[in-house]
Amino acid sequence: MMPKVVRKFVIPGDVIAVGDYRSGSYIERRDNQYIALRVGLAEIGRDEVKLNPLSGPYIPHVDDQVIGKIIDITAFGWQVDINSPFFGYLPASFVFGKEFSPSTHDLSSKFKIGDLIAAKVEAFDRTRDPQLSIRGPGLGKIPKGEIVKMSPTKIPRLIGRKGYMIKMIATQTGCELKVGQNGIVVLTGTPEGIVKAANAIRMIEQEAHVADLAKKIQSYLSGGAS
Amino acid sequence: MEKRKLIDENGIRLDGRKWNELRPIRMEVGTLKNADGSAYIEFGKNKIVAAVYGPKEVHPKHEVLPDRALLRCRYHMAPFSVDERKNPAPSRREIEISKVIREALEPAIIMEDYPRTAIEVYVEVLQSDGGSRVAGITASSLALADAGINMRDLVVGCSSGIIDGQVVLDLNDIEDKEGSGDMPVAFMPNLNLITLLQVDGIYTKEQFKQAFELALEGGRKIYRMQREALISKFFGNTQPASAEEDEE
Repeated sequence: MMPKVVRKFVIPGDVIAVGDYRSGSYIERRDNQYIALRVGLAEIGRDEVKLNPLSGPYIPHVDDQVIGKIIDITAFGWQVDINSPFFGYLPASFVFGKEFSPSTHDLSSKFKIGDLIAAKVEAFDRTRDPQLSIRGPGLGKIPKGEIVKMSPTKIPRLIGRKGYMIKMIATQTGCELKVGQNGIVVLTGTPEGIVKAANAIRMIEQEAHVADLAKKIQSYLSGGAS
Repeated sequence: MEKRKLIDENGIRLDGRKWNELRPIRMEVGTLKNADGSAYIEFGKNKIVAAVYGPKEVHPKHEVLPDRALLRCRYHMAPFSVDERKNPAPSRREIEISKVIREALEPAIIMEDYPRTAIEVYVEVLQSDGGSRVAGITASSLALADAGINMRDLVVGCSSGIIDGQVVLDLNDIEDKEGSGDMPVAFMPNLNLITLLQVDGIYTKEQFKQAFELALEGGRKIYRMQREALISKFFGNTQPASAEEDEE
């Protein structure tokens, strides 16, 4: 049998557990106490404490897929708003290749200010803004779609276990969902499907801490089907 | 002018409270949709909104701190918050209170987690009734938690003071103006660390000790309300799911 996981709701300053554990993000250790740094749902396993926060800004991590908007073009790349305290930077050499030269290539021919792109976080540390790349399947310019924003900390709930939740929404609404870890989702499909998918996303955002969320979403999606 | 008595022969204050009673308090988290985090507090007749923006990029650029976040606070009283219209331009008093609020909140925030960014806290007093700085601190720390900024602890503020020679908890506007001493205190209740301590008036050693302990005691009561306000915003009245239910 799986060891039982204890869960509790915590606010900053709360002691999640006392003892010796491996601890995840948003947890600070003081002597043998594990302190929550965010409002969220804490999980205390046999040898691990975790905290799933319920609010907060998007802090980039290498290999995250993000969706951002081009906000500026410089001589050597694009500045991208990735819904984070930090701006993303997409170097032109990642797009045009090694032979890129500012005199021969026109950056605005590829992405203009206001364009929406899906990108991957290539590098990020605390000293410099995150560097993006568009090399990879499904990355690059997003030509159309409906943007839905949600709290970045709740994206894992939208995706669900092994993508269960997101696949369910996609198949039941006939929409295609492009998800950025930074809390931006782009929906494409029929207008009815988009409305339905957007409502489902809203529900997930509001009830991210609720236990049988998948069942709830399932019944919403099948109930309203015409 | 003869000074009126602030405590009657039965030990009851002008607004009907005993010496160690708080005014009625109500808190709400997430009141403003457009801010990253927000909270509203009613503290007696005080009505205060706190809003948090950020972490976000710093402007002007030269103020950037390479290793940590920059905390900015603005305490402001609305022109209609007092009896006689207040000039909306920041007064000396408001600038000072903005500074002490910033310094009261800063120790709770893990500034190193957000290098090169700014966190902005706006405390807007809509109606004022004495003790607005401590109520503002209480509301701002809720707003920071709502914004999902990493914090070591919440910060709670409470004041005490001396009226008619007696130490009492949580002065209202009249007691603040006509009393002989006022002591706002802010602290982190779990860490047991003081982040703000201001005093005016003349205290004996005994009175200081008594007033200080009283403010801490009051603060602990307010902390319980703070906690409830946060829990009810984020979790409503649901219970944490047990592990089995979630294994799908």
